[in-house]
Amino acid sequence: MTALTELSLCAMREGLGRGDFSARELVAAHLAAIEAARELNAFITETPDLALAAADAADAALARGEAGPLAGIPLGIKDLFCTEGVRTTAASRILADFRPPYESGVTARLKAAGAAFVGKLNLDEFAMGSSNETSAFGPVVSPWRARGSNAPLVPGGSSGGSAAAVAARLVAGATGTDTGGSIRQPAAFTGICGIKPTYGRCSRYGIVAFASSLDQAGPMARTVADCALLLEAMAGHDPRDATSLEEPVPAWSQLLSGDIRGRRIGVPREYRLEGMSADLDALWQAGAAWLRDAGAEIVDISLPHTMEALPTYYILAPAEASSNLARYDGVRFGLRVMPECGSLADMYCATRAAGFGAEVKRRIMLGTYVLSAGYYDAYYLKAQKVRALIMRDFETAFGTCDLILTPSAPTAAFALGGKVSDPIAMYLNDVFTVPASLAGLPAMSVPAGLDPQGLPLGLQVIGRPLDELGVLDAARAIERAAGFAAAPARWWGAA
Amino acid sequence: MAVDEETIRRIARLARLELGEAEVARLADEASKILEWVEVLGRVETAGIEPVSAVIPKPHRWRADEVTDGGLGEALLANAPARAHGFFAVPKVIE
Repeated sequence: MTALTELSLCAMREGLGRGDFSARELVAAHLAAIEAARELNAFITETPDLALAAADAADAALARGEAGPLAGIPLGIKDLFCTEGVRTTAASRILADFRPPYESGVTARLKAAGAAFVGKLNLDEFAMGSSNETSAFGPVVSPWRARGSNAPLVPGGSSGGSAAAVAARLVAGATGTDTGGSIRQPAAFTGICGIKPTYGRCSRYGIVAFASSLDQAGPMARTVADCALLLEAMAGHDPRDATSLEEPVPAWSQLLSGDIRGRRIGVPREYRLEGMSADLDALWQAGAAWLRDAGAEIVDISLPHTMEALPTYYILAPAEASSNLARYDGVRFGLRVMPECGSLADMYCATRAAGFGAEVKRRIMLGTYVLSAGYYDAYYLKAQKVRALIMRDFETAFGTCDLILTPSAPTAAFALGGKVSDPIAMYLNDVFTVPASLAGLPAMSVPAGLDPQGLPLGLQVIGRPLDELGVLDAARAIERAAGFAAAPARWWGAA
Repeated sequence: MAVDEETIRRIARLARLELGEAEVARLADEASKILEWVEVLGRVETAGIEPVSAVIPKPHRWRADEVTDGGLGEALLANAPARAHGFFAVPKVIE
């Protein structure tokens, strides 16, 4: 029999329904895998007791025939989602001991669906990073290694713990959040699937805020169907988030067919970057060919402001972050550092100096700068206008195509420590993911192949607002054609 | 655009961040590079373009003016670094 941890989430659900194994057995198998994989540093907080209690409740519900759609499924939660009574750190020293007295909208839905949370997953501090190296709890190590090498690689970021845990078979699926690519880029780096839905699909209530006009939650899992099932459980209107959409949640898990006959797939010429690796270019072309073979029509499209998207993002996101992170002042929750005989203002400054890491400080400073008197119009307002042009590019493109196909990230996973000293080189990781974030569009990364070093590469599908189904179907078609079955060879643990 | 160390100190005061001298120098260098990198936006024609702050237009809705929760004092104070008499405690601000 296949190890329980190797099953897809959908297969786990079927097995539980048939009684092939109990939720307790399933969760226990994952807890053992987590214990053996501490070298990956994927978790900040493990919650085995709560997971087993949820498993027992799921077994009882299954026996009564009243099980929710995710009953007994072991999930990891990015440590940016508030979980009632369970430490929520945002991977920052400033929240190192924060225990939320309430549950986030998304995790409340997953709990109600019966999921068993095995722990809180590591991330870049406040989700600011593309390699999971800015975490105050140490970097996550990717379960993947280049062929013939023992050098540690990054899992991508900011949802690096989520990506590593799913790829290493420590969880069936995980929550991620995506502000500029934080679900899609780590999914691509670790050979898994991840979807950022339309902005507003998932409630932001109880998610530690980074850049509120961009932040969106989504699932990460090993198959497209698993993501569809998770997204269905996570999405839905929440009156506690003023930007939450009042739209019905389609039954994506039922509707997913992978049928893309007659759909027009746009390939944006501006995404063919100078210096793009031949492997990535070849994979992108293969992806287009797979979709054509599946009955889609490939059309050449133009997104003229593609190259302006990253600079726009790196004005808007830090501006929103500097405002959102003003709340960490040592008064109501989180770290407090009180200099001797200091004033209230001294306490603010000392608390924030001790509590925030270098990347968070960098973004707070940049954001404060672009919002400050004399610079607001030149930077912030200008970026908001360019954002309008980027959105218009997509609207125009969707006049001639239904979905857009691009690579997910410009490279495969890089070495731990390889880019930390150069912020702009790190920011360039998000060149393909940021435009869809700025436009609020649903976008998904699906694993499509391996590079010559044996490392995963992903393709991204972008859809119209609310067309998660189109995105999922195209991703399913790619998944089917690519036949991606690679998994990281286990080097961690005692085995 | 080059950012000097004095500007970094001023921004740090606005952001309530205490910075060491080495941090000031590093941030001046990094901020200069990042701002030079975003200069490309200055070349984009945006005359007559309305700035965007919300991607999915959504009407604001009225809600009933009703009390929906309350009595949460203990939960609110549970994570307080310091508390006194049912309030958050801070250093004295008025002499």
